[in-house]
Amino acid sequence: MKKLRIGLIGPGNIGRDLLIKVMRSEYLEPALVINVFESNGIQFAREHGIDTSIIGIKGLDPYDDIDLVFDCTSATAHLEHAPILAEKGIFALDLTPAAVGPYCVPAVNLSEDLLEKPNLNLVTCAGQAIVPILSAINSVVHVEYAELIASLASKSAGAGTRANIDEFTQTTRKAMMDVGGADQAKAIIILNPAEPPINMRNTLHVKVKNPDIAKITEAVHKMVAKIQEYVPGYKVVLEPIAKDDVVTTMVEVTGRGDYLPTYAGNLDIITSAAVRIAEVYAQKKYGGKDNG
Amino acid sequence: MAKVTVVDTSLRDGSHSVAHQFSTDDVRRIAKGLEDAGVDIIEVGHGDGLTGSTINYGYSKCSDFDLVQAASSVLTNAKVAVLLIPGIGTVEDLEQIRDAGCSVVRVATHVTEADISAQHIEASKKMGFLTVGFLMMSHMASVERVVEEAKKMESYGADLVYVTDSGGAMLNSDVVEKIGAVKEAVSIPVGHHAHHNLGLAVSNSIAAIRAGATYIDGSLGGLGAGAGNTPTEMLAAVMAKEKIESNLNLYKLLDVTEQELVPVLSEYGVHLPINHDALMIGYAGVYSSFMLHARRAAERFNVDVRDILIELGRIGAIGGQEDRIIDVAAGLAAKK
Repeated sequence: MKKLRIGLIGPGNIGRDLLIKVMRSEYLEPALVINVFESNGIQFAREHGIDTSIIGIKGLDPYDDIDLVFDCTSATAHLEHAPILAEKGIFALDLTPAAVGPYCVPAVNLSEDLLEKPNLNLVTCAGQAIVPILSAINSVVHVEYAELIASLASKSAGAGTRANIDEFTQTTRKAMMDVGGADQAKAIIILNPAEPPINMRNTLHVKVKNPDIAKITEAVHKMVAKIQEYVPGYKVVLEPIAKDDVVTTMVEVTGRGDYLPTYAGNLDIITSAAVRIAEVYAQKKYGGKDNG
Repeated sequence: MAKVTVVDTSLRDGSHSVAHQFSTDDVRRIAKGLEDAGVDIIEVGHGDGLTGSTINYGYSKCSDFDLVQAASSVLTNAKVAVLLIPGIGTVEDLEQIRDAGCSVVRVATHVTEADISAQHIEASKKMGFLTVGFLMMSHMASVERVVEEAKKMESYGADLVYVTDSGGAMLNSDVVEKIGAVKEAVSIPVGHHAHHNLGLAVSNSIAAIRAGATYIDGSLGGLGAGAGNTPTEMLAAVMAKEKIESNLNLYKLLDVTEQELVPVLSEYGVHLPINHDALMIGYAGVYSSFMLHARRAAERFNVDVRDILIELGRIGAIGGQEDRIIDVAAGLAAKK
């Protein structure tokens, strides 16, 4: 079977983790890794026989066979990259908070229509972790307000995330409304430096009328099973509980330990979502793996 | 020692004590009293800072915007401050708050996470706020790490940086070491915000000043999260005894606590464990058992108990001389 040829820009924490997952995929083939300077990530790619470039997006110019680019740079950089990728007809998966294209949370809204778009945004790790649960709850009872408290290990938050905490909270919040279905939302992020590093923990409070906990729990469990297909370390640590009109549930994400150790489930959930989208796109473009 | 700028956080950290239920009326009443008592900066809003009003932290009665506006409407000299915790509040929230009359922003992060404050400190500076870097839970990091993080905040443009003891867990020696090292390493003023959980808030604040801090936080009656903050009136008394200069007026601070804060708190069922007469005994340096006698004499001769105690201190009354209390009270009454 023909594999989807992948370009990756920005081999930092997220990029490195993503690259390992791409290398493991049956549907994807890492073709080119781009950065704007020599780095460990570039060296890693080179050592694995992947083409590299350190001249930024221009590094794509000699290639006419890249199907998809993962952009793991920054919001500012992606705003520059997006029109170039679109012009080259390369499907872009944006892992920055730029959100040029629509949000995609694969367990919730990955559709044929969405795959026709030139550019999809992966929201944030917290968004990937909680929007599916929110959406599941919203499917059985209307969510008026949703509030997320995401705690990540300090060591798992790279320079980009740290420099753009506002974009992180605002993008997550927006996706909780646009994709998760809440009327109003608030996202809070906490970086915790405890040693050994904590696993990614997400607490979701939702305001609903007359919560039916049995129905909500069932919907949440169905969704968890769906997420576990691409993020095996995803689990509910507090089953939905209600107090008055507020339902609370907590999920934890243990990473696969591809690039950063297993505490960095926040990395895993967004890179796994990106790979999931890319694999579905690959099957759509080149058929299933058995269709050689 | 340099003059100390006093920040009162009764209406922000103190909001924790009333589950963030202060009204705009409460804020007007207390903020005005704080200004009259010489407080330089008055922090208001939800205890967890801008947009802290959530399920997670508890809902405020009034918005931060309304509370800031209420405070600034009654102030002429004192500045209004807000707290912004990146990850909870955003730069977007600052623009609105400036229009409400706020001129000081304290950008707070966990002590090891200063780099998430860069965009907020830069934006706050650009908007013209006096911008404070506020390193919370400073007891959890080494001296070297606190210094490193303080320097980051300075590099982002902070006008001053705080070594904050959010857990009330620092000992005098920790404060001296950390404030001293930060003071040495940065070229901006350094501040300290204490909590009274181990009964060290006042002594830690004084230790911080001795180590070079020139911005100190307090709250009336020590209102605030946990055991509360450094009581501003006690800080005023001790600073006066230490010959540390500030704009605080002790009597006025005692009055605003008793006449404005205590009645407001009682509306929320909160009782503030204050004993200002005892504070005055320590301030005046008289025998502790004088307290009840002095109260009785004040009532009998219709004079201020504080004046009695100060006069007793001035004349050097010692243990056993309870008889002098009546003498002094009668003398004060005659002068009226």
